[in-house]
Amino acid sequence: MTSSSLGRTVRLGVSSLMLHKLRALLTTLGVLFGTSSVIAMLAIGEGASEEAQEQIRQLGSRNVILRSVKPREDFATGASQSVRVLSYGLTEDDLSRIQVTFPGVARVVPAREIYEEVRRGDRAMNPRVMATLPVYRDVTGRVVSEGRFLADNDEAGIANVCVLSDEVARYLFPFASPLGEEVKVGADYYTVVGVLLSRVRQKSDTPKSGAPSSAEVFIPLETGRKWYGNMQVKMRAGSREMEEVELHEIVVEVDASENVPMVAAACREMLSRNHKQADYEIVVPLELLLRAEETKRIFNIVLGSIASISLLVGGIGIMNVMLATVTERTREIGIRRALGAKQRHIVSQFLVECVVLSVGGGLLGVALGLAIPAIVEHYAEMRTIITPGAPILAFLISAGVGVVFGLYPAWRAATMDPVEALRHE
Amino acid sequence: MTTSPSQQPVAELIGVTRTYRMGSNEVRALDDFTFSFGRGEYWAVMGSSGSGKSTLLNVLGCIDRPTNGVYKVDGVSTHDLDDDALSELRSRKLGFVFQSYNLIPQLNVLENIMVPLFYQDEPPKDGEERARTLAKRVGLGERLEHRPTELSGGQQQRVAIARALVNHPALILADEATGNLDSQTALEILELLDELHAEGRTIVLVTHEHDVGERAQHVLRLKDGRIESVQRGQHSKAGVRA
Repeated sequence: MTSSSLGRTVRLGVSSLMLHKLRALLTTLGVLFGTSSVIAMLAIGEGASEEAQEQIRQLGSRNVILRSVKPREDFATGASQSVRVLSYGLTEDDLSRIQVTFPGVARVVPAREIYEEVRRGDRAMNPRVMATLPVYRDVTGRVVSEGRFLADNDEAGIANVCVLSDEVARYLFPFASPLGEEVKVGADYYTVVGVLLSRVRQKSDTPKSGAPSSAEVFIPLETGRKWYGNMQVKMRAGSREMEEVELHEIVVEVDASENVPMVAAACREMLSRNHKQADYEIVVPLELLLRAEETKRIFNIVLGSIASISLLVGGIGIMNVMLATVTERTREIGIRRALGAKQRHIVSQFLVECVVLSVGGGLLGVALGLAIPAIVEHYAEMRTIITPGAPILAFLISAGVGVVFGLYPAWRAATMDPVEALRHE
Repeated sequence: MTTSPSQQPVAELIGVTRTYRMGSNEVRALDDFTFSFGRGEYWAVMGSSGSGKSTLLNVLGCIDRPTNGVYKVDGVSTHDLDDDALSELRSRKLGFVFQSYNLIPQLNVLENIMVPLFYQDEPPKDGEERARTLAKRVGLGERLEHRPTELSGGQQQRVAIARALVNHPALILADEATGNLDSQTALEILELLDELHAEGRTIVLVTHEHDVGERAQHVLRLKDGRIESVQRGQHSKAGVRA
């Protein structure tokens, strides 16, 4: 078929469909939903996988992160008093056990959290203040944007220095570089020596898990120990709460990623033996990745089923309508055959109509399919990524549906006996 | 303008039989039928219903195949042709005019006239030019963009005649071409056919109306799938006019 005759066939198909506009529109709905599910599926799956990889990159794929978690109320002591002491969490003993006895461990970094406000002049905020070792930055893969991170001689000298995450830096020093300036953490002044790039906030960083927000301040571990001790006061509305926590976080770096499951299991085993209550949690980024992959797989199965069912139903809908159309237009087929149309002309005429229907549905579906991920992203706070291939794939699938489900009606039309067809009323 | 047939007939049937199965009965719509339609002749085929005239027209038009026997169009035997080749033959050598006009509703006048050309393996380049000329010729030059539903019956039949001429056919087949028209309009259509005959076209007109049949140059009467009578040349109006 030459291009001009194809163009004419397409125009003819469109004008035949336009004789029944509502019918054509309803027929395309199935393909529309099928196509949009394909695009949404790919976008959500791609987003989940990208998010998981980003998480791994930020937490370190070879790390196992242990965190102290406040146990549930019924485990707390003195719950009826207005001043109570809560003692929980990871201990120095845990740290040394991991450091000394665990095989496959490369580096171990402890961190303490200090519940103090950070102020500069009349600007105040409540970031996560972490007292930790210089190696923390290296193990967690954080990036210094200005100045430097904590150094060994800060630690040795119990120096009053701090490193801000850039969110904190932007808030406290909106107009100038914070380097060399002083901020007040609780009651003491600290000199700012560096700024870290903030971590992108992750979906899995729920407040419950005590995971870091992007507002963070780092001070040397020894400095924290010296000025704040283990016992800290948390102010609450109507009550004061004393907490005794030795370490808030231990980041364990494993020497090779294949040893991560082993080290994670060993940590679990060791902690469950030494802690009476569930006052800790273990985050294994590698496991997060597996979980994200699993989520992606489930999403793909669910949306893939919806998409294939929609496309199947849409295809059957098209076939049904086209069979009715072929019967309705039996006389036209007879006329065309009498005037010299070959069977392939009749096939292409009806096939083109089917493809126009399904591609029309496909185009509307692509539009809807591009909108769905945006809506999901907005309301479900899931990241979605639309790769350029997705709309193309969806479009090709919809065209394929038209061809597959149009073949039979077109074949029926083409093999009609011209004499019978002409006699048809 | 000659009224005598040239050497080679346009349509030649030799021992053509066409049988149908109706339940357990076998119906012989055409029974050992041998006849030739000469070039430039204008024939009316008449007969009561069931006489086989529709079947004859279908065989002549290559939309039906003989069960037995040989049919040649313009010297080409149709016996060995496959569906594609028969279709190509229809689009090149035959022109159809139907009782109920049979225009294609989605297409306008110009497009309807051009339909047979669309289906030729190598459509002529001057197709649109031809269609415009023919539309003017049948008096519809001003209505090229109209859809069939916007035309009267007579106008539709004129479009159908233009369509039957666009491929310069060897043979024009008209099936009760005036059956759906009032007598005045029918007369106009018949005059148009007379003109075509006068130009030397070969026409086979199937009708059961006597006065329509009488206008043709020759009359072939059928009965039970056989030739009842052949009436040659007494009403050669066209020849006189020419």
